[in-house]
Amino acid sequence: MEISGAEIVIKCLQAEGVEYVFGYPGGAVLVIYDELFKQDKVKHVLVRHEQGAAHAADGYSRASQKTGVCLVTSGPGVTNAVTGIATAYMDSIPMVVITGQVPTHAIGQDAFQEVDAVGITRPCVKHNFLVKDVRALAPTIKKAFYLARTGRPGPVLVDIPKDVTLATCEFEYPDSIPMRSYNPVIKGHPGQIRKAAQLLLEAQRPMVYTGGGVVLSEAAPQLLRLMKLLGFPVTNTLMGLGGYPGTDPQFIGMLGMHGTYEANMAMQHCDVLLAVGARFDDRVIGNPAHFGSVPRKIVHIDIDPSSISKRVRVDVPIVGHVPDVLEDLIRQLEPQISKLDAQALKSWWAQIELWRARDCLRYDRASEIIKPQHVIEKLYEVTGGDAFITSDVGQHQMWAAQFYKFAKPRRWINSGGLGTMGFGLPAAMGVQLANPGATVACVTGEASFMMCMQELSTCKQYRLPIKVVNLNNRYMGMVRQWQQFFHGNRYSESYMDALPDFVKLAEACGHIGVQVEKPADVEPALREAFKRKDDLVLLDFLTDQTENVFPMVPGGKGMSEMILAEEL
Amino acid sequence: MRHIISTLLENESGALSRVAGLFSARGYNIESLTVAPTEDPSLSRMTIVTSGSDDVIEQITKQLNKLVDVVKVVDLSEAPHIERELMLIKVRATGKDREEMKRMAEIFRGRILDVTDATYTIELTGNGEKLDAFIEGLDRAAILETVRTGASGIARGERVLKV
Ligand SMILES: Cc1ncc(C[n+]2csc(CCOP(=O)(O)OP(=O)(O)O)c2C)c(N)n1
Repeated sequence: MEISGAEIVIKCLQAEGVEYVFGYPGGAVLVIYDELFKQDKVKHVLVRHEQGAAHAADGYSRASQKTGVCLVTSGPGVTNAVTGIATAYMDSIPMVVITGQVPTHAIGQDAFQEVDAVGITRPCVKHNFLVKDVRALAPTIKKAFYLARTGRPGPVLVDIPKDVTLATCEFEYPDSIPMRSYNPVIKGHPGQIRKAAQLLLEAQRPMVYTGGGVVLSEAAPQLLRLMKLLGFPVTNTLMGLGGYPGTDPQFIGMLGMHGTYEANMAMQHCDVLLAVGARFDDRVIGNPAHFGSVPRKIVHIDIDPSSISKRVRVDVPIVGHVPDVLEDLIRQLEPQISKLDAQALKSWWAQIELWRARDCLRYDRASEIIKPQHVIEKLYEVTGGDAFITSDVGQHQMWAAQFYKFAKPRRWINSGGLGTMGFGLPAAMGVQLANPGATVACVTGEASFMMCMQELSTCKQYRLPIKVVNLNNRYMGMVRQWQQFFHGNRYSESYMDALPDFVKLAEACGHIGVQVEKPADVEPALREAFKRKDDLVLLDFLTDQTENVFPMVPGGKGMSEMILAEEL
Repeated sequence: MRHIISTLLENESGALSRVAGLFSARGYNIESLTVAPTEDPSLSRMTIVTSGSDDVIEQITKQLNKLVDVVKVVDLSEAPHIERELMLIKVRATGKDREEMKRMAEIFRGRILDVTDATYTIELTGNGEKLDAFIEGLDRAAILETVRTGASGIARGERVLKV
């Protein structure tokens, strides 16, 4: 029996086991929406802006390991979603984006709501397709899901002209699609793994640095076993937090621009570095020349060959699926683990403990104004360290990363690569839908929050009991911090003079809003909020306007050239 | 260093713009780029002439391989290879220049494809240097128009680029 393209789309989503589609209707996707209406297997979440749809699908994926799906109309629907697509792309999140397009005969005619979706998104998707023939629709959607979740994951866009959704053909969903041009390497090269094991065994000052790849590939159990076998220090990138338990003594904190003193010093001074599912980006290792000025051997494990030796030359590249490679590495190391230089390791740890003793995350606990760090510490306590935390971008994001000790992967959900303000709330919606009943908090700043605050209305519609932790410093704090440090205290446009009343804002959307002004009220307010299992509560913490994030590696500087709080 | 990179890619609409977009987005040089379907109509063969340090060339080949439409990539400059480019050039051919033009074309093994009272249109193939040398050898004022295809390349010996 022949069915319409629109019905094929829905049947494909059902076949992929898609639970939620995050979307927004419009002319070019009306036929698809009509088919959505006729079934109840795939549930639709109606956002308030297409950016929110993309972030929600992204958050859903980050928290669940499943592929996020969003559906938007042509033209402005697509362009609104682009920020969310680029956000997912930079952090390698598997996502399928279905976009409506004007009818094939109108393409190129500057038709109403026409935009070259494939052209606009090309640089920020793993791959994209324009489907011009209804018979190609099912195989293309199959390919899209396969590409999105395999290899180095990423968003894949499928652009479907309206006439294709109306046209009919026989439907068959293929089990698999052979692609001669796409064969990601899974197995690490045995010779390279042997070499890596050798280097690790000979190390005097070893260091392990892991990133988002460990989280995305579900390699946390293997990483933990490897670390327990080796006894080395380990640091996580902003994207990698939770990939290794933040409470473990071998964990020496996040590294990078706002990483801990001990993590950055150990990175700079180690003699053997094992990098796993990370990419040596500029916010992590700072100036690559400064980093390279110290001799050290580097082993780099990643699924994406182009991430290896991109910014930093490595000695032992290993391309492969991280859990498999770590498994192989453990097998290599186990029988010869006694070869480790225990004496050298002991003095290396002694050095690290000295660095750790600097207590680089110290802040004024006696302050009479709420310190943002204090809010995060209390958030950690009140949620038992077991919440899903999404964040926006700015100082609050860094404090959340520094002070919430993530014990498990997929609990820390933030836009690390693109740094997208507005990500936190819609991402939290996806996280909550993926984990009904779980505790979900969105740590945000007032400026970031206002970029997607319309989604408060979506949260009401779907009864998403997210806790919004607004660290309200009445500044674009991170911008203000840079202006203070590097632009002579000229606070150009980083102060917002007319902020909304966030309590009333929450209430206007049918939620609960609470403002907190005194440090003593922080913990009770959090406890009260998290007791409300069915309600969204927006906590508006009026925090110290002058607080800065430390340590800080200024742009262009080396990892060991940090500014510490006491130095200012 | 100059490199000549050959790729086989799916003959899909948009494949060319993915490659061109990659080069511009990442700031790689393109000296020339040629593309046409192969004997297998589902595949196109593309030759890109580029330049950069070893690190840059390594990234270029990795990034090309990462494109989903790209089936294979080789850097032809790593081994002996043959490079050819075609040029069509229209020159003024009047008076005593007419005979001179014909002689030049013969020296460079060019072929005169079209003739008018005042012009010759000459076809010339060779590597880029040969085509440059031909242009250098002419009086600038005599050149009316040139069109070059950019280099195509293939490995010497038994090495082949095939799926
Ligand atoms: C969409 C977008 N625009 C601009 C920026 C640049 N930016 C980075 S942090 C920041 C300030 C964020 O302020 P706020 O959300 O209040 O957080 P705070 O730093 O005060 O904690 C800005 C403007 C960005 N990251 N994203």
